[in-house]
Amino acid sequence: MLDKNGIAKRIAKEVKDGYYVNLGIGIPTLVANFVRNDIEVEFQSENGVLGMGPFPFEGEEDADIINAGKQTITTLPGASFFDSATSFGMIRGQHVDLTILGAMEVAENGDIANWKIPGKMVKGMGGAMDLVASAENIIVAMMHTNKAGQSKLLKKCTLPLTGVGCVKKIVSNMAVLEVRDNAFHLLERAPGVSVEEIKKATEGKLIVEGTVPEMVL
Amino acid sequence: MIKKTVSGVQEALKGVQNGMTFMLGGFGLCGIPENAISELVRLGITDITCISNNAGVDDFGLGLLLQQHQIKKMISSYVGENDEFERQMLSGELEVELTPQGTLAEKCRAAQAGFPAFYTPAGYGTEVADGKETREFNGKMYVLEEAFKADFAFVKAWKGDEAGNLIFKGTARNFNPCMCGAAKITVAEVEELLPAGSLDPNEIHIPGIFVQRIFQGQRYEKRIEQRTVRQKN
Repeated sequence: MLDKNGIAKRIAKEVKDGYYVNLGIGIPTLVANFVRNDIEVEFQSENGVLGMGPFPFEGEEDADIINAGKQTITTLPGASFFDSATSFGMIRGQHVDLTILGAMEVAENGDIANWKIPGKMVKGMGGAMDLVASAENIIVAMMHTNKAGQSKLLKKCTLPLTGVGCVKKIVSNMAVLEVRDNAFHLLERAPGVSVEEIKKATEGKLIVEGTVPEMVL
Repeated sequence: MIKKTVSGVQEALKGVQNGMTFMLGGFGLCGIPENAISELVRLGITDITCISNNAGVDDFGLGLLLQQHQIKKMISSYVGENDEFERQMLSGELEVELTPQGTLAEKCRAAQAGFPAFYTPAGYGTEVADGKETREFNGKMYVLEEAFKADFAFVKAWKGDEAGNLIFKGTARNFNPCMCGAAKITVAEVEELLPAGSLDPNEIHIPGIFVQRIFQGQRYEKRIEQRTVRQKN
């Protein structure tokens, strides 16, 4: 079973040379730590920066330079700043190559819910609805089950949707799955996790073909 | 040169009234019009509708207006940093319209650029699209979203000149340029107000035509919401 860093490490392998990448808040933010340093990648933050760098050293924080999680950041050579409409133009216009975001629930048809729990949590969708509706290449980083052990990979989402039919790939703490033809297709198992365990933790339709390899991290 | 300078925040906010709709720039606490917000608190006007990506924190930014119960309705994309906001929303005191962030930005820009509405894929098939017209283009579904209508836009820039030209800094740019010219009156507050001719016309982000009033802001706090650093090894 993977921890959050393990999920981020596996997702980092999907980041290719020359990609512009949008990272969501939470596990996706960790992906930047594991991207190979022999490839060129630029990270986009929806509040208006391309070419995000690491956090600043103490004393070098600039209140005017933050990421979408409102954390202080730095920029790398080649970086640029822009307004919010331009930022979402990049996203909506499919100029960003890869979007990595978290989810509370994903359904077998690719629906995703990650912004609202009625009566409990109403923080808003931020940029998530624009991202999932627009991006061609979306990877969802998530835990396979909730704290009570119930599956978060469902036949149908129970929470209010963020987008419909948009998720194509999931990296969970248990597996890598492709979402197509109204089913989760098991591609890889996390180290030490059996196909049986993944079946048990997946409420939606799961397709297992042949021998499923263990992830290489 | 058409001069846009006013003496200060009081003159800049002349004409604001109860029940008006305001746009306020900023992302989190980054690039918010601190002076305009303080003056709205001081004036004590109520029943305001605020269009702003976020709602500040409990004791800063738009949180200050929420504390005084001056806001009737918020139109935002993310409001997770403010407990008082959540309390007022759940108790029904505050009306909230959550809007996808890209749609929020585009509803401002549409107002600025004279488009009554536009189609976006964001929110299709979700509760955001309830009651809205949808349409298929090239096999994909889109939602019709209308431009905002607002009485005042309050924006914050880094540098500005007497002609109302603006330059923003870093990610403090965010929604500010999109809101310029998107309301009946745009009020810009700047960290540095310069004589006309001081700014290189090549470097201007927002031309003064989109700004009606500009003033030198005072005492910027520029609070950092999530101070995050790495250690030197």
